[in-house]
Amino acid sequence: MPDTRAQDTAELHTGVLVIGGGMAGAWGAIAAARAGASVILVDKGYCGTSGVTATAGPGHWWVPPDPPEARPAAIAARNLGAAGLGDPHWMAAVIDLTWRVLPTLASHYDFPRNEAGAVQYRGLRGPEYLRALRRLAIELGVRVLDHWPALELLRDGDGLISGARGVQRQQGDRPWRIRAGAVLLATGGTAFRSHLLGAHNNTGDGYLMGAEAGATLSGMEFTAAYTVAPARSTMTRTMSYAYASYSDAAGRALDIPAGPDNSRALARALLQGPVFARFDRMPEQVRRWLPAISPNVMLPFDRWGIDPWRDRFEVTLHNDGTIRGTGGLRVTDQDCGVGVPGLYAAGDAATRELVAGAISGGGAQNSAWALSSAHWAARAAADFAARRGAVDPHLKALGRAGMRPAKSARAVDARQAIAAVQARMHPYDRNIFRTGTGLRSSAEALESVWAALRDHAHGGTDPVRTREAAAMAATARWSVASALHRSESRGMHQRDDLPAADPRQARRLESGGLDAVWVRADTRAPRSPASSSPPRPEAATPP
Amino acid sequence: MIELVFADRCTACGDCVATCPTNVFDFGVDGRPVVARQADCQTCFMCELYCRADALFVAPDCTGPTPVDAERVRAAGLLGQFRRDSGWDEWSVTHANEHWRMDDVFRMARTATPPPST
Repeated sequence: MPDTRAQDTAELHTGVLVIGGGMAGAWGAIAAARAGASVILVDKGYCGTSGVTATAGPGHWWVPPDPPEARPAAIAARNLGAAGLGDPHWMAAVIDLTWRVLPTLASHYDFPRNEAGAVQYRGLRGPEYLRALRRLAIELGVRVLDHWPALELLRDGDGLISGARGVQRQQGDRPWRIRAGAVLLATGGTAFRSHLLGAHNNTGDGYLMGAEAGATLSGMEFTAAYTVAPARSTMTRTMSYAYASYSDAAGRALDIPAGPDNSRALARALLQGPVFARFDRMPEQVRRWLPAISPNVMLPFDRWGIDPWRDRFEVTLHNDGTIRGTGGLRVTDQDCGVGVPGLYAAGDAATRELVAGAISGGGAQNSAWALSSAHWAARAAADFAARRGAVDPHLKALGRAGMRPAKSARAVDARQAIAAVQARMHPYDRNIFRTGTGLRSSAEALESVWAALRDHAHGGTDPVRTREAAAMAATARWSVASALHRSESRGMHQRDDLPAADPRQARRLESGGLDAVWVRADTRAPRSPASSSPPRPEAATPP
Repeated sequence: MIELVFADRCTACGDCVATCPTNVFDFGVDGRPVVARQADCQTCFMCELYCRADALFVAPDCTGPTPVDAERVRAAGLLGQFRRDSGWDEWSVTHANEHWRMDDVFRMARTATPPPST
């Protein structure tokens, strides 16, 4: 039970508490510290290796202000791809902030120069990026607490979010409680433990904690992005597949475009049987560059003794969930607040529809969003905490499903619950090729998973895993309900039973609810950091 | 999944215990790490990157444990590959970070143009 060891609880307090130490969380901690706040950052794992940025090579949406037509052109192109769900004002603000802030990491990240001597800012190596962010945060006075997963938010008598509770994984799950003037959720998205590289800790915890505090979600139907990887591996690094050719088990060539953006064709083939790839179109020059570009790509091949340019290797698709999908906590204002006083969201914990729309923001928009939203949220959180003053020690703990059973406490198998969620969210014929019948069947199955977690689960000997199961179940419910509500096809959300786009549905969907899930058309656009002016580069001044 | 800790190479620095994002290691009685929760390994190879002694080996199969021959791994030169190719620590002099070439690579793929001469 959660409270039996309360006397052993580690008690801390701070101005801003950042939950999550990936790219958004680390940038948020840096921005809050630069704004003058005292900051604690807690991570479920280790700030530096946790999360999907640390294992990848994030490119940022990087559009220089010169020539002056470049940014409006980039925004117009992206807004078209966003299928009516993007917001050009937010896009302009994100481009501008990313452009100005990313180079401030140069004290800790060695931005390379190309042959022409130009400094290369756009794309960074993940491990080096996160290592640099960690070092900068610590240098600025951020207290980084690793292996300190948060389990729930705390609220004071006035309804202000006032901190969080969690456990110390490396101290026998000894509880901690941190009082804070404001909380920034930077918990990432979730891929429902699909083996997407680096995504194991990303279980949607922030979505559940936010919803328990009264926040809502947006864009949860956009969970149908998938990424190719060698079968039985986590290596979802896609660059090399731009030079891939595909074949079936008999060696017959398959008519699948080289990619990226070929996951639907790949999924269709994978539903017929095993699919094999080979990087036979990759020029010799690129082969030589590969380890210096992405040093982890060759690790599975070299260890399995596969020559990926000559040998055919089996491939699979891993679900990206809300990570390369776009849904998350609904942002209600230009501060990346979520409609709950004292609570903010950044990165994949928040919806990325504003900058990515109905298609994946992976590779550019999502990284720029993580950086930018973290800055807006962190500055607002620092300001909120400073104006608020001391935090009342008498706080209400908000965690429910997976820790405080609504009915009789009994053992609920978290692994089984997670497997039941995966059975609905991973299969290509359920989540890529969607139908009303399939989604209704998933909704029903997820209801019983959720009911067991809500009514009976209490954490027991594994409080983190049980909450993770509840968070993934909650996320899957919002996703399936939103996908059912969107009775059309748009962007990555494709309904085989409703294959056309419906112009009347060119608006975002808000969702929420814990006991009963609801979905509704969202008619309120959050004011953007640049909304008072048209989305011209010079108008994109963040708060 | 993490499969091997090479005791003869390990310096018991504890960095893998600290940096593993999914907390798979515990300290053993001799102060060296032991794989205590292999099933939680997410096969991200980060422990290898942070191991200056090149004493760890992660097998690429993320779906379950794999039998691995420690001496073959050692002889094949697979230890420390990720740290070397990343240019970390002592490798920074010889192995530059050329991640920025990714844009060129995608551009070449789209246009099927020959690579720029380097």
